[in-house]
Amino acid sequence: MSKIYYDPADLRKFGNITDWNEELGNKFFDYYGKVFEEGALTAREKSLIALAVAHTEQCPYCIDAYTKDGLQRGITKEEMMEAVHVGAAIKSGATLVHGVQMMNKVNKLEM
Amino acid sequence: MSKKSLLARNNDLANTERQLEILSNGLFADGELPTFAKKIAVTNQFPLRPKKLEILQINLGYMCNQVCVHCHVDAGPDRKEIMTKETMQECLDVIKKTGAHTLDLTGGAPEMNPNFRWFVEEAGKAGINDFIVRSNLTIIRANKKYHDLPTFFKKHRIHVVSSMPHWTRGKTDKQRGDGVFDKSIKALQELNAVGYGMPSSNLKLDLVYNPSGAFLPGDQLALENDFKKALREEFDIHFHNLFAITNLPISRFLDYLIASENYEDYMISLVDAYNPEAVKNVMCTNTISVSWDGWLYDCDFNQMLNLKVASKVQHISEYNEELLQNRNIIINQHCYGCTAGSGSSCQGVVA
Repeated sequence: MSKIYYDPADLRKFGNITDWNEELGNKFFDYYGKVFEEGALTAREKSLIALAVAHTEQCPYCIDAYTKDGLQRGITKEEMMEAVHVGAAIKSGATLVHGVQMMNKVNKLEM
Repeated sequence: MSKKSLLARNNDLANTERQLEILSNGLFADGELPTFAKKIAVTNQFPLRPKKLEILQINLGYMCNQVCVHCHVDAGPDRKEIMTKETMQECLDVIKKTGAHTLDLTGGAPEMNPNFRWFVEEAGKAGINDFIVRSNLTIIRANKKYHDLPTFFKKHRIHVVSSMPHWTRGKTDKQRGDGVFDKSIKALQELNAVGYGMPSSNLKLDLVYNPSGAFLPGDQLALENDFKKALREEFDIHFHNLFAITNLPISRFLDYLIASENYEDYMISLVDAYNPEAVKNVMCTNTISVSWDGWLYDCDFNQMLNLKVASKVQHISEYNEELLQNRNIIINQHCYGCTAGSGSSCQGVVA
């Protein structure tokens, strides 16, 4: 058993999740593959969304995967960083918008 | 970025045996990854055999005005190996009788060979209609004596294939050297000016993209569209097709992979992306590569690893197409570079 929680080499073993439940595993990977195909959004746009979400989810595997995917697509580091900021803005916005709840509560409780 | 070749730096990897040792050790010796021979045997593609010969790829020399970080030739201004007129004459004798229809001139910078123009003219007389010159673009701007290359190319209806790693200055210069992007843009505009690469023109101008780092090329068509859009909008540049080429783990790219601690992950990426369909059309099946000193190889990469053809005939002076075609192609772990994803060749994807 590994003494660390995240091992970069584990990303390559992702497909092994089908070993213990083939049906659901395959359904997931079929779905996953379909999601990233060209559609109303380009595969390039989807890659950048995935990169931003990878950061907000703080998934190291996904960050590795979609940084590499972006490079392969010719996406520049400036574009990647802007995508990460979009994720960060939503994350911080999501925190701060709760400030309104706090203000409402204070306003209700205070005389 | 080093301004010298591995050879001039006395780097360990200038020794091809050392490169082959690295390619056979580690992950492949442990059995963690299958050797290329084992992998293609699974789909009954071992031994790899030639199909109809279509392309003679002649390397006119390792001299180059650039020192690109990824160069599989280890080319540069300090490389003095260039093809002599005598060897060119031997190539011309072969051109007269070969079944190959395309002459693919490469280097280094093939235009730097002092007999380059003579050779093109003579090969034209010898019956070659389909010429490819692999031009690094900046050579056109490197010296006054090269300024008229676009008109020379046009006169002989040469198909120009030029390297361009990205449509942004930063990525291009990082791989190919400071100032390369601006010079390349200027050269492309000059090629466009004489008609090369224009939408309806039959003066063919294609670009070669190879990744500027330890990752594989993405979808060729998507990259072509992005390159076309960016180059047209920013610089009013046109070209025909983009060839996405995978960097093979040899020579300076191997040196980079090892130094940046990317070697193992890169080899894993190549093996994971292995595509048996690509094996069917790898370029060694329709090409013979000739080195500056006349030796024969299955491809330019084998040439750089000094893996000569497995045939009684190994030199242009004793060329015999029938004997040569009846050979097994020499393979090694670097071949995974040509079979990853949609495959890779000097003409881009193969599957």
